[in-house]
Amino acid sequence: METKIGCYICTGCGIGEALKVQSLEKIATKEQKIPVVKNHPFLCGDEGVALIRKDMESEGVNALVIVGCSHRVKSESFRLGTALMDRVDIRDKCLWVLDVPEGDKTAAEDRQMMAEDYVRLGCVKVKKMNDPKPFEATTPFSKDVLVVGAGIAGLTAALEVARTGYKVLLVEKEETLGGKVANMHKVSPARPPYNKLEDNPLPKLLAEVKGNSNIRIMNSTVVQKTVGAPGLFDVTLKNGSSTAQERVGSIIIATGYTAYDPNKLEKHLGYGSSPDVITSLEFEEMAKAGKIVRKSDGKPAKRVAFSLCAGQRDSSHLSYCSGACCVYSLKQALYVIENQPDASAYLIYQEVRTPGQMEDFYRKVQNEGGIFIKGDVKQVAANTTGLTLDVDDKLLRQNIKMDVDLLVLATGMETTVDTVDPNSASPVGTQVEELPGSVLNLHYRQGPGLPSLNGPFPDSHFICFPYETRRTGIYVAGPARRPMGIAATRTDAAGAALKAIQVVESVARGAAVHPRAGDLSYPSFREEGCTQCKRCTEECPFGAINEDAKGNPLFNPTRCRRCGTCMGACPQKIISFANYSVDMIGSMLKEVEIPEADEEKPRILVFACENDAIPALDMVGRSRTNPLSPYIRIIPLRCMGSMNLVWIADAMSKGYDGILLMGCRHGTDYQCHNVRGSALAEIRLSKVSETLTRLQLEADRVKMVEVNIMDAETLPQVINNFVAEIKELDPNPYKEF
Amino acid sequence: MTYDLTFAKEVYKNSEEGHWIKMCMQCGVCAGSCPLGFLGAWKYSPRQIFQMVRAGLRDEVLTSSDMWMCTSCYNCIVRCPRNLPITHIIHGLARYASVQGKADPKQPTHQFAKDIFWENIVATGRVGEAALTMKLYFKDGIGEGIKQGLEMKDSALGMLKAKRLKPLPFRGKIKGYPGFKAMLNKAFELENKKEGKA
Repeated sequence: METKIGCYICTGCGIGEALKVQSLEKIATKEQKIPVVKNHPFLCGDEGVALIRKDMESEGVNALVIVGCSHRVKSESFRLGTALMDRVDIRDKCLWVLDVPEGDKTAAEDRQMMAEDYVRLGCVKVKKMNDPKPFEATTPFSKDVLVVGAGIAGLTAALEVARTGYKVLLVEKEETLGGKVANMHKVSPARPPYNKLEDNPLPKLLAEVKGNSNIRIMNSTVVQKTVGAPGLFDVTLKNGSSTAQERVGSIIIATGYTAYDPNKLEKHLGYGSSPDVITSLEFEEMAKAGKIVRKSDGKPAKRVAFSLCAGQRDSSHLSYCSGACCVYSLKQALYVIENQPDASAYLIYQEVRTPGQMEDFYRKVQNEGGIFIKGDVKQVAANTTGLTLDVDDKLLRQNIKMDVDLLVLATGMETTVDTVDPNSASPVGTQVEELPGSVLNLHYRQGPGLPSLNGPFPDSHFICFPYETRRTGIYVAGPARRPMGIAATRTDAAGAALKAIQVVESVARGAAVHPRAGDLSYPSFREEGCTQCKRCTEECPFGAINEDAKGNPLFNPTRCRRCGTCMGACPQKIISFANYSVDMIGSMLKEVEIPEADEEKPRILVFACENDAIPALDMVGRSRTNPLSPYIRIIPLRCMGSMNLVWIADAMSKGYDGILLMGCRHGTDYQCHNVRGSALAEIRLSKVSETLTRLQLEADRVKMVEVNIMDAETLPQVINNFVAEIKELDPNPYKEF
Repeated sequence: MTYDLTFAKEVYKNSEEGHWIKMCMQCGVCAGSCPLGFLGAWKYSPRQIFQMVRAGLRDEVLTSSDMWMCTSCYNCIVRCPRNLPITHIIHGLARYASVQGKADPKQPTHQFAKDIFWENIVATGRVGEAALTMKLYFKDGIGEGIKQGLEMKDSALGMLKAKRLKPLPFRGKIKGYPGFKAMLNKAFELENKKEGKA
């Protein structure tokens, strides 16, 4: 179908008064050859929208350049059933960010130039767009969900998925279901008033899972390998010596944790040398059996000490806090002292961490007579009636001795998920049929495990997408994702269940999941141009690209999140999306009018990330207090990761005086929605000085800054300072060519 | 053994508001809020006193002068995140130390409260400022009394002029003294009963 573009200019919100709309229209008609160009004083109102609709119906307009406000407002009004659309923002990022005093002709002219350039950018962008066709696979998509692990997390997730009507395959490596919670005596309170121990929720949950016809349980089974992509995962399951292959749409990993090995703890804690030094899990089993006794002589244990943070928050063991031990130690203290006036429980802690409602439970244990000692156990010695502890008491500021019957060590949690260090050497060619210790054994180019960030746990975008991993369609719930207790695990499992459903539905429509939810485009490449450099397969933050036998990239569109990092990585510029390409941005930046050097009006190109920098810029506009330089021209990018270095070279030879890139914060506390995008852009830019030197330009002309969505107040200064720095330099000599 | 709860339980039961001590979470906001902390007036802050109670350090707590330093500014009560009535707990502990005979009889606040002020008010039913001041100044001997009296003479003369100080001690008794006495006796009776002395 022929594309027919309509350009609609809104003159409301002061646009009509401030700008010469006729000139804008002329740019669209005469210069950009847009067949239908109209203006309206209130485009987002019913009448304005009806005007557009009418042209779409009777004039055959099927692509839209809507000139007015930011794409982040009025998006409902302009949802007109076509993906071929650009919202050209001449209000928030032009009118509202420029300081044009009454009667200042130069400033008004600068503003008009900026608006005209933005109209040009929008027209070119839409001209370069193709209608994305949703991805269809050659084999049918599955909407079933695989849940790995049938502990409290897996059972909850399976039940939540099954209740919505989706089929679940629940795989457990042990013969019996239930995991660690099966050995729990009682659980800490999950209901108001949060001061009563609750019965183990497992039996009820198990009965519900077993009674749900949507759930197929496979016990004594492990995942041998996982091939494919969301909607198309082919999972090989191994039960004893027999294997079976199943197709599932998405996967929830709920394999839980392993307790830190107490034998690795320092000898002074006494584990192994006295039977009366035990771990929390061992104590829980004692309590479940109804026998809290000294293991050494079988006599009832009336004085029980709990050492919290045993081997945790300690650089020589686990550096992190497991988050749940304080609460379960409080629970175990109650086993000892509740209704037993002659018993005492000593909690030797660093800080009592009882988030949320668990503070009430902490009070309960205090009220029952739990004894709290801030300090460290320095030495444990066995005596005839139990143990003598040497404790460095930080509250009394002295060393004390205590006689107790039992010492319970609250050891931490380690994830059961195999993670891959994102910085490790590429494991190409190591795909094996079976990999003991790997939860899924993913047959992905980037390795069999899930990427981690700076610890052993799988990386997830902890602010925006906490359940996500960096493998689309694979979600981790419970302590496999991060250390947590039972109540948090159940919430986590429900969240992962919703995510697992969301992805199978999106995939079936050919649409992306977050952050570009609903995007139908996906990357493709021109095979004859490929040099098998493998940068795209290495750099994709989500491991979406495998390799074929020739070493060419093999895209898995359902794994893709449409960030465009592959497109930015490709030195041959052969990767593109239907509606986003190297050519599109390259053509856009060439369309801006660059004034002659003697006009002393520099042009600064700003590449801004759509996720954080663009909203921050919108907020600058909305505040209308800190004007920006009129010399900037903003081009939004899907993600800084999609920034291809050819744009820098193009912009420099076109005559821009400087380029400012605004990406998200990266590093261990990254905010990049695509995890690695801005980090990769920075790495690429570090090589740009070569290009600039080749062009005989100063390296300072290109700068990348990290912009947070909350940076609206400081952003104007960052931009204007850069403009000032560029003005210090001579104009770009390429303007003359 | 440290952290034997015998003493803690004794305090929870017998010291006024003492049962709150077990709910302290040792955050130290009371210590940071106490105006006397900056003056170095106490050795142990309220939270330390509470932990010492829980640790069973009976003598250290009861002989401490720190409870007697409280000026009842109520900063700690206002700020305690656990809503402990810290000022009242501290007063309770001070009184308990006195009742137990552990408090230093020469601790000025203790001495003033127990002997000087109490005797003065019980004798007549109201405070006689002149006698109260004299006793307070001369409690450490004649020389000390004259010295303190001279130091304060300008204030005293000013107060006399403004008729805020009666030069002669209050003689006789207040109206309804027998009722006042009966009230005190009842209070003693209740207190003794509570402390198991009746």
